[in-house]
Order: sequence, then structure tokens, then C-alpha cells
Amino acid sequence: MTIGSDLNIILPEIVLSVFALFALVGAAYAGKDKLGPLLVWVTSALMAAVGVWIGMSGDGTNIAFNGMFVDDGFSRFAKVTILLSAAAVLLMSQEYMARRDLLRFEYPLLVALAAVGMMMMVSAGDLIALYMGLELQSLALYVVAALRRDSVKSTEAGLKYFVLGALSSGLLLYGASLVYGYSGTTLFSGIVQTAEHGQVSLGLLFGIVFLVAGLAFKVSAVPFHMWTPDVYEGSPTPITAFFATAPKVAAMGLFARVLFDAFDGAVADWSQIIALLSLLSMFLGAVAAIGQRNIKRLMAYSSIAHMGYALMGLASGTELGVQAMLIYMAIYVTMNVGTFAFILMMERDGAPVVDIDALNMYSKAEPGKALAMLVLLFSLAGVPPMLGFFGKLYVLRAAYEGGLAWLAVAGVVASVIGAFYYLRIVYYMYFGEEREALDRTNPPVLWGLLMISAVAMVVGIVNMFGVEGAAAAAAAVLVN
Amino acid sequence: MAEFFSNTTAGILIVVVAQILLVVVPLLVALAFLMYADRKIWAAVQMRRGPNVVGVYGLLQSFADFLKYIVKEIVVPAGADRAVYFLAPMISLVMALVAWAVIPFNDGWVLADINVAILYVFAISSLEVYGIIMGGWASNSKYPFLGSLRSAAQMISYEVSIGLIIIGVIISTGSMNFGDIVKAQDGNLGLFNWYWLPHLPMLFLFFISALAETNRPPFDLPEAESELVAGYQVEYSSTPFLLFMIGELVAVVLMCALVSLLFFGGWLSPIPGLPDGILWMVMKMLLVFFVFSMVKAITPRYRYDQLMRLGWKVFLPMSLFWVVFVSFAAKFGWFWGAFARWGM
Amino acid sequence: MSAFAFYLFAICVVAGGFFTVISRNPVHSVLWLILAFLSSSGLFVLLGAEFVAMLMIVVYVGAVAVLFLFVVMMLDVDFAELKAEMAKYMPLALLIGVVILMQFVMAYGAWETNPAADGLRAQVTPVDKHNTEALGAILYDQYFLLFQLSGLILLVAMIGAIVLTLRHRTDVKRQDILAQIYRDPAKAMELKDVKPGEGL
Repeated sequence: MTIGSDLNIILPEIVLSVFALFALVGAAYAGKDKLGPLLVWVTSALMAAVGVWIGMSGDGTNIAFNGMFVDDGFSRFAKVTILLSAAAVLLMSQEYMARRDLLRFEYPLLVALAAVGMMMMVSAGDLIALYMGLELQSLALYVVAALRRDSVKSTEAGLKYFVLGALSSGLLLYGASLVYGYSGTTLFSGIVQTAEHGQVSLGLLFGIVFLVAGLAFKVSAVPFHMWTPDVYEGSPTPITAFFATAPKVAAMGLFARVLFDAFDGAVADWSQIIALLSLLSMFLGAVAAIGQRNIKRLMAYSSIAHMGYALMGLASGTELGVQAMLIYMAIYVTMNVGTFAFILMMERDGAPVVDIDALNMYSKAEPGKALAMLVLLFSLAGVPPMLGFFGKLYVLRAAYEGGLAWLAVAGVVASVIGAFYYLRIVYYMYFGEEREALDRTNPPVLWGLLMISAVAMVVGIVNMFGVEGAAAAAAAVLVN
Repeated sequence: MAEFFSNTTAGILIVVVAQILLVVVPLLVALAFLMYADRKIWAAVQMRRGPNVVGVYGLLQSFADFLKYIVKEIVVPAGADRAVYFLAPMISLVMALVAWAVIPFNDGWVLADINVAILYVFAISSLEVYGIIMGGWASNSKYPFLGSLRSAAQMISYEVSIGLIIIGVIISTGSMNFGDIVKAQDGNLGLFNWYWLPHLPMLFLFFISALAETNRPPFDLPEAESELVAGYQVEYSSTPFLLFMIGELVAVVLMCALVSLLFFGGWLSPIPGLPDGILWMVMKMLLVFFVFSMVKAITPRYRYDQLMRLGWKVFLPMSLFWVVFVSFAAKFGWFWGAFARWGM
Repeated sequence: MSAFAFYLFAICVVAGGFFTVISRNPVHSVLWLILAFLSSSGLFVLLGAEFVAMLMIVVYVGAVAVLFLFVVMMLDVDFAELKAEMAKYMPLALLIGVVILMQFVMAYGAWETNPAADGLRAQVTPVDKHNTEALGAILYDQYFLLFQLSGLILLVAMIGAIVLTLRHRTDVKRQDILAQIYRDPAKAMELKDVKPGEGL
């Protein structure tokens, strides 16, 4: 095999990284931060274009670099979701960042490089490739978290994220080395063969546990979630939006990839761990969010809870489970893009407001936006007939059919508890007592994304825009 | 008898120790005269006489200095960290000497003929910085500390470009062994076969980086007597000071040896037909040392930020570019294969 | 002979690590750490991986540890106070440590490798080529993708460091080397004949 065919397979990744390199050098010599807004648009357009390209092109399973890079239906599904959501979030951030003088020209490029890392993650076919992709993504995220370097909270967020992230990387590496020690190879295809013969050895099991712990940190599943609220709160809001979307999809994709590709023979063992993570995340996310008045922290707990549901799909260990997880993630990302577009518009005198009390009687001033937010919140809570409900339905069904009926029941209970804090925001918007009003600015990008995502939540129930079929095909490739 | 030396542990040990002494003792004796030469050249440039009292023409001046340092009292500052304080000069000297283990003086005349010889020298020279940092810190005094910080930053900065320059030579040779590097420079054209010709820009860069790496003027910022009194050596006296001084000079001579091995064909004779041998190696080293001394005498000291700028903004990009250039030139055989000597 | 060298290096590594942890003075800790690095590179040499050994010294001892030393020498942190703080959590830390140790012992006791594992591992010292060459072949051939990816990771780290720390100050005078070089006496100097007792 020549390197040419390998390079052909990773062409989308190459295009993105080469763009980042050239843009970096170009901007450093010409214009510096003045080019920031332009670069945001270009990067965003490029990521969306690459996303569409991946979605349209390619079929079957292509393996590059001796199996270290796997390009199959599953990875393509995840990549499209990652790239489109990253592009949307980047676009959302332009106006906010520019107004606060945060729009350094490196910012869009860091996001692009993070996207490359995420694409590597979901395509990883090797423990080292997994780690490399993960680090590329994480490192870029640590930096953007601390982008507002004059704010104590932002730097604290960056530092906390970095220190805990490094710890989790350590756990992950330790697990990976145990797995390597057992199987003698880092390739997933090799590991799956060595792990096949019935009984799973204790060493391999230890490896899996550490690996899962490291990955659980990245998806912020309880009990590895403690960084999430602080990082979400401290980072600039558009970056919080970014954290809540693309990296989560990538981490979940990687989770599924490593569990099914490498440890297919040990489903019974890891499924218990994932089920526990899922259970804890759902409940902690639902309960802890009740006390939050800060909408960014609230969204942090909300994302923890949502990760719990997505993990429920994985825990079932079946094809249906993976399909449910993918659908859930796609819906989750769409909802979050809209919700954060709304949060970004919450301003008073040009300064961001994060207190949910500020939303009192919002519907009077901005009925259109309030309605859109109502739809999104219903969808987040899983109230029928919004799209979010069907996502939940899918994972619950997958769990039930996978023999985890107790987890499905727990999921329903947690969802009912969680509905409280979403509906409370709706209550404030429609029935609260009037307070000092928020600004009535409607940046077209934010407004558009909010409306698109809200409409999608309603219209999507017709056929889910074909996501269902694509996810089914993707899951079929991964699990067999 | 021969069996005793080649088969028993004690025998091998004796042979190894003897070999080491064979390198170190001539080196240290030569050093005494090099130090004298250094001062004489310096003096000549400034139209002074230099040392001329002890021995004929002052030839024994260095030995008198040694004696003086040894019999003087060792003064240790009150707040010093004694263990580290005394460890520092020892490290400085030992690291400078240890690097000589892989330097060949003639074909096969080397203590340890290892594959990664050049990397070994590079690694050891990166350790030399510890003598300086530890000395500056352990003295518990401000000037030494400032001096040692400066020096450490300086040495690390220039190590980067030295490393990149060496990579160019390694690419041309296809080996990291000094013997192979010298043999790759052998050819029918005598001195025009040596690496100084294809790698000419890097010869200058390497020489200047070597000045900075060994803290020689015009880059002797760590010692900068006008600002820092004498940098990290302020609080040292007597034998520890002597160790520092010898260590520094041994490092300089090592750099001379490196320049002649990497760029001037080591023990190869410059004129085709004349026999190769250790004599050429010694002469080349002396020549480079002469240039070292001349530079010391005729250049004014750099300012610290200029030094850093030179290292990172000028030398690093240039040597990095050179590595890329050499890679292409070697791969595609540009310039009549001057950059690719793998087959030889 | 090599057994002796192994035990020497091994003991130095362990002792270095141990004293790194228990030293009261942080600078001493770093120095012990350097000893541990050096000895472990000695172990690499014994394994036949001389290239890795040398890189270990160049990178860890020559660069990383120097930066460590810089930081601990210049930081004005009262480490005794930090340690006192730490003592409060000692029982908990010990408990966790013991639990993890027990788990390791358990895992070690039941440790087994896949029968095919040893055949899959690459050899440290291949017979047909020397160590550096073998490493190069693996890095640039088999792991080409990962090598490039690590390059990207380092790039991101560099961008991050610059983004988070570089501030362009406008209130300082910058040096323009070229302008200095091209300054000539005719433009920069003016000769004046000053009469005694008058001044300019």
C-alpha cells in the first residue's frame, strides 16, 4: 500500500489542518487580529463545507495507515455532526467575541484544529491514535477556555480544565498501557482478537476500567463531571456553547468506537460500568441543576444529564443502542446550538446576563424568541411532541431491549425530575413578575440559529431529516 | 599477559583506566599551555606582553596559577547550600571531561566507539549547564544567581541551533558516529572534500553558537564582570574556582575538537597524498582555538536581549531552513552529491 | 558486569524518586529528579536503546529539568506551609494509596498476557539494523500519521502559550536592529566647535 491512498482517505483532515497552518502563518504576518472576523467566517464555511463533503462522499469502510485510521459510516456520521455543529457555534461566537475584544485570530484556528482532533478521535483505530486525537482536541479546548485571560474566572476555568484533563489523560494512558501489556498491540483490530477467547483477564479489565474513566471525564459523566460547571461558567459563553456540542459528540463517538471495536468480546463487563455512569449522570444532572440560578451552570448540569442518556444507549451494548446514542447526540447538539444562541442574546446594556431571573416576563417583550426558547426547553426536557422526546424514547427503548429495564425506568424518573428546572425557565418567561428588561438586540446569526433549531425540534418529528436511517447504517457498521 | 587484560574483569578495568588516563592527562597538560596561549594572544592583540615571568617566556605561568589556587583557603559563604555548592564545580569539570570519551583523535583512537556518539556529546554538553545553575543558586547571593540564570537561558537557547546544525551534518553522513563522519569527508580533493565547503553557512553558525554555548566572549554574559562582578563564580575561590575554570576551558577545547571533526575532516590530511594522522587533528584544533582567542580579544560584549534575539530569531530559523535544504540536497543529490555521502 | 550496572542504575532511579518526594528543599527535589532521569537513561542503554537514552538526557535533563529548576528557584512559595496543608489530607491520601496498591497487587497476582502478545510486540533491538535506524523506520513509516499528529499537538500547545501570554505593549521603545546598522556617522553626528567658557 502506498502512502498516497492513505492520504486520500484522511483528505478532509488534511484540508482542515493545512488550512489552519496557512491561515496561521498568513495572519501572523498580515493583519493579525484584524483578520479575526474574516477568519471566523472562512473557518466556519470551510468546516461546514468539509462536513457536507464527508456526508455526501464516501461509502464503505476505508482503512488507512495500517488500521490506525478508520473511515466508515460511523465515523462519517459523527464527523458530519461535529463539523456542522462546530461551524454553527463558531459563527455564533463572532459577534460576541468581537465586541469584547476577544476575537484573536488564533481563536478560529484553534477551533479548526480542535475539530481535526475530534475527527481523529472518531476515526481512531489504534490506542495511540485515540490518545493523539484526544490530546489535540483537549489542548485546543484548554486554551480557548482561558481565552479571556484578564478575567479570573476564565483563567480559572482554563486551569481547572487543564489540570483535571491532564489527570484524566493520565488515567486513560495508564489504562491503555495495561491493555497493551495484555494484548501486545495497540491496534483495536488486534486487541479485539486477543480479547475474544471467552474469559476476560483481570489485567485487561483493569485497562478497560481506566480507559473508560479517562473517557468518561471527557464526556463529563458522573463521577468525573466536577470540572463541568466551573468550566462552563468561567469560559466566554460562545466557547461554553462549543464545549457543550462538538467535543461531546466526538467523545461519545470515541467511546462507542473503542468499546465496540476493541472490546467487543467484553460487552458484559463494560456494559455494567457504562450503565452505572449513565445512572449517576442522569440523576446528578437532574437534581443538581435545580439549585442553579446561573443559566450557564444550569446548562452544564443539563449536559451532564444528557450525557447520561446517551451513555444509556451505549450501555445496552446493542446495535440499536448505538443508533439511539447517535440520534440522541444529533438532537442534543441541535438543541444546544439553539439554546446557546438564545443565551448569547441575553444581554443588558451590552453586558451578558446569566441569571435566569432576568428572564421574567420575557415573552411580553420578545414573544417570538420566547416561543422558540419554549420549544427548545420542552425538547431538552423531553416533553412530547418535541424532537427531544423521541431521542429519549430511542435510548429508553434500546436500554429496555438490551436487558437494562431498570436503567430505563430510572431514566424516566430522572427525566421527570429534570423537567422541573427546564419548565421553571418557561414559567419565568411567561408568568414571572416583571423586572428590568433585557436588551432587545437580535443579531441575525444568533436569531437565525435559534429559530432554525426551534423549528427543527417541531418539524423534525416527521422524519427526523433522515438522521434515523443514517444513524442506523452507522451503527450497523460499528456493531457486528 | 594479553589474556589477563582481555578476559578478566580486573584486567579490563586496568586497560580502561589506562586509556582514560591516556586521554585526560595529555588533555590537562595541553590545557595549561592553551590557557597560556590564550592570554598571550589576548595580550598581543592589545599590545601588551602578557605573562612573561614564570619560566621561559612565562611558559609555566599556568602551573603557578594552579599551585596558587590549590593552596589558597576555601571560603564558603555563610548561607550557602554546602552540598550543592561543592557539587557544582565538580559537575562542571566532570561533564566537560566525560564528553571526550567519544572524541576520536585518529582512525579508531577513541575510548568508546558508539553509534550515537554525536548525540552523546550533545547530551553531555546539555548537562554542563547544571554546574552553572547549581553554583549560582547554592552561593545564596544575588549576582551569582543572576549570572547563572542568564547562563542557563543562553546555553539552552544556543543548544537548539547547535542541535539543528549537527542534524545537517548527520543527514549528509547518514551516521552519528564521529569515525563515520570523518570518513565521509575523505576524498580525492583533500580539504575541498570536507564539510566546511557544502556546509559553509553552518560552519559560521556553529562557531558562533559554540562561543555562546561555552560562555566565551562576546557572549560571556554570565560572567560580565562589569555588571555581575563575575557571575556565578563570584563566591567561589581556591580549588572549586579552579575546577570551574578548567571545566570551562575543557568545554572550549571540546568545541574546537567538534568543529574540526564536523567541518574540517578530523585527522584527514588537507592535501591529497600526505598521510592522515593525529597531527592534523591537533593542528586543526589549535587553529580553531586560535580563532576562539582572537574573537575574545577583538569583540565587544553583546547585550543580553541581543544575544537572545540572535539565538532565537536569527540562528534558529536559519539552521532550521538549512536542515530542510540539506534534506532535499541529500535526497536528490544536488551539487554533485556534495550533501549525500552515504555510500562512502 | 551488566547486572552490576543494572542494579546501580535501578537503585539510583528508586533512590532519586524517593528523595524527590521527601526532600524538604524543592531545589534538592529537582536535583534528585535529575539523578533519576539520568539513571533511567542508563537503563535504556542497558536495554540496547541508546538513541532513546540520549534523547532522554537531552530532552528531560537538558531542557525540562532546567525549566523546573528555574521555576522552583524563582518561585517564592513557602513549601513548608504547603506541606503542612497537605498533612491535613494525609490520612485520606494514605487510604486511597493503600486501596490502589491493593488493587495493583491483585491485578499483578492474576496478571496474564495474551498468548499471542509477545509475538506482536516489536523488538527493542532488531538484528539487522541498529537502534536509531529501527526507530526511524517505525516513526516515519508505520507511525507516520501519529508522528504528524504529535506535530499538530505541539503546534497547538505553542499557539496556546502565545495566545495566553503574549501582550503587545505599545508603551515601550523597541529596538530596530536594521535601523541601527544602517545609521551612519554623517547623519547621526554633528561636529561643533565649542568655544571655551561658552557652551553650546
